[in-house]
Amino acid sequence: MKQKPRVAVFDFADCEGCELEIADLEEEILDLISLVDIVSFREVMKEHSDTYDIAIVEGSIMRPMDEQRLRGIRSRAKILIALGACATMGGVNKIRNQWMPDEVKKDVYGDANLKGNELFDVFQTKAINEVVPVDYYIYGCPIDRDEFKSVITAIALGKKPEIPRYPVCVECKKNENICQFELGAFCLGPITRAGCKAICPTHNSPCEGCRGLIKKQEADCVKAVLERYKLSYEDIRRRCTMYNYGRKECSYDE
Amino acid sequence: MSKDFSVHVEHVTRVEGHGNIILDVKNGRIEKLQWNVVEAPRFFEAMLRGQHYNELRPITSRICGICSIGHSLASLKATEDALGVKITKQTEMLRRLAIHAENMQSHILHIGYLVAPDLFGVGSVFPMVGTHTEAVLKIVKLHRLANEMSDLICGRTIHPIRMVVGGFSMHPTEKQLVQLKNRLLEAQELTKEIASLVQSVGDKLPAFTRETEYIGLTSDSEYALYDGKIASTDTGVHPAYRDYKEIMEEYFVPHSTAKYAKHARESYMVGALARFNLNSKQLHPDAQDVAHMFGLKPINYNPFMNTIAQLVEFTHSIQDSLSLIDSLLDQGIKQEKPIRPAVKAGRGVGLVEVPRGILVHDYTLNSKGYCTKANCIIPTNQNHANIQLDMEKLVPEIMNKSPKEIELTLEMLVRAYDPCISCSTHYLDVIFV
Repeated sequence: MKQKPRVAVFDFADCEGCELEIADLEEEILDLISLVDIVSFREVMKEHSDTYDIAIVEGSIMRPMDEQRLRGIRSRAKILIALGACATMGGVNKIRNQWMPDEVKKDVYGDANLKGNELFDVFQTKAINEVVPVDYYIYGCPIDRDEFKSVITAIALGKKPEIPRYPVCVECKKNENICQFELGAFCLGPITRAGCKAICPTHNSPCEGCRGLIKKQEADCVKAVLERYKLSYEDIRRRCTMYNYGRKECSYDE
Repeated sequence: MSKDFSVHVEHVTRVEGHGNIILDVKNGRIEKLQWNVVEAPRFFEAMLRGQHYNELRPITSRICGICSIGHSLASLKATEDALGVKITKQTEMLRRLAIHAENMQSHILHIGYLVAPDLFGVGSVFPMVGTHTEAVLKIVKLHRLANEMSDLICGRTIHPIRMVVGGFSMHPTEKQLVQLKNRLLEAQELTKEIASLVQSVGDKLPAFTRETEYIGLTSDSEYALYDGKIASTDTGVHPAYRDYKEIMEEYFVPHSTAKYAKHARESYMVGALARFNLNSKQLHPDAQDVAHMFGLKPINYNPFMNTIAQLVEFTHSIQDSLSLIDSLLDQGIKQEKPIRPAVKAGRGVGLVEVPRGILVHDYTLNSKGYCTKANCIIPTNQNHANIQLDMEKLVPEIMNKSPKEIELTLEMLVRAYDPCISCSTHYLDVIFV
């Protein structure tokens, strides 16, 4: 039998919620272990190996010392997967990019002398692919456990994972939800990448856009929704500030 | 005794976030001993500036994956305090269920997946799947129950959806609550079995003590989690919740991106052991039984017993959840719409006991309901100074052991606090000492 691919999990600046989603697979994680060997996963295991095929990287990049660590991981991995909103697009960590790093540092640490202290040497938040090339993206804040399983299974079997390119509205309709716009909310569903099973609108909360934006032409299927509420793709995009702050591109997997 | 050795643990494993342990010993004397928090700072207070009051909850939830329900509740309480929103009895009861669900989820994760491998002498829970299959499956079952309880009340365990300013966007059905009740009843026996299992390896917990101060919420009517007044084992009850800074004095240290905190002494501890030390009399009798099994009595000064206090609280949370569900079923679930606040300028403070201790969110809103100033005091940063001082007392006591054993004991000490380091690396309002 062919040797199982060796997988290592790493994290940078984030809440570690996406790694926790992996742990929350509970006994299903054993199915994954039949396909791959987990050789490093600091949050749950003490063992560590620098020999791996697949690196799963969570979190955003904030400092030169983090960039250096990430480049090391990239150089050792054949395949690099960005996990969750912070890694795939910068996530909520990019909200602070509306201010300069020195300003937010002063906000938090006051006049403390941080000169030459590499721990505090922050630049503007970067997503993983702003530092090293990324092979695959698993979106969401947090990620969807089922999507994680299917992406990892596909990669372990040497197939290309399927990530939806259509908007959240498609999944929301399938769940027979009442449209959030109809309920008076402002929802980013029409221009946000699906794959989350429209979990927020299904719990009667508008989509916040955590899976990133779809391309303009992919939003054609929700033209009727946009027209009914007199909105355009651009109108909604301007409201995407929680997860998509300062992003010019519509999506990363083009 | 003269010996030279070093223990350098880069990124302690089986904890949330990045922390390092540095110990250098020369001629049997400690040259350097430091607990360093190297996690990248995230500047949440800058993210909150200029945000509408409805956005504060979803953004601050992202401070921490493990305690996102706790952050959500502290955030909602602070926002509602600023806007003068009075929530309904039903909302309060559902929120109390949510906090129990999170406490159970986080505690069993810590006990079963993060601490147990040390007690069984392995590197992670994975080898235990083969050697202690039944025990692992019981832990998995309890963990799954706690997560599904969170999903039911909050829509999702990690980054809840249904909890909004003024109430819930959706409610569980009575049928779902009955199902949950039955599963919690089943979990009672499982929890006892897990307690016996931990007891069987309880001697692996180091018998170390250091007198310190314990801080947490306290209440006349219950074992305080969702609400209460700030209390200290040294100085008693402090009723003015908005003046929390008088108790929680944060300060900056250059080797840590998380701030440290102190009050009456050089350091204090928060979390399950602090709550137990302050409020043990209000625990459910079943939970008190678990405490007796381990000889846990207030005031217990052994930080390693924090894990046992979590086991005690897990038992309490099952029982209190059962009685909350009964009350909810008695009065029937009403499809209440969240209360819409009249927007006004003001400051609000929310205090909640989350798995790792007392959490504070403090917001100032302008007249249009946008946040102009925010401060969050995180449980783990209140524990960093206590971890450091514990290490300073612990290392000389175990100096005769091998460097490998010393390393393991120091790692176990850090793990006992169940630190949530990504949580702890962002604050406001530095106080210099």
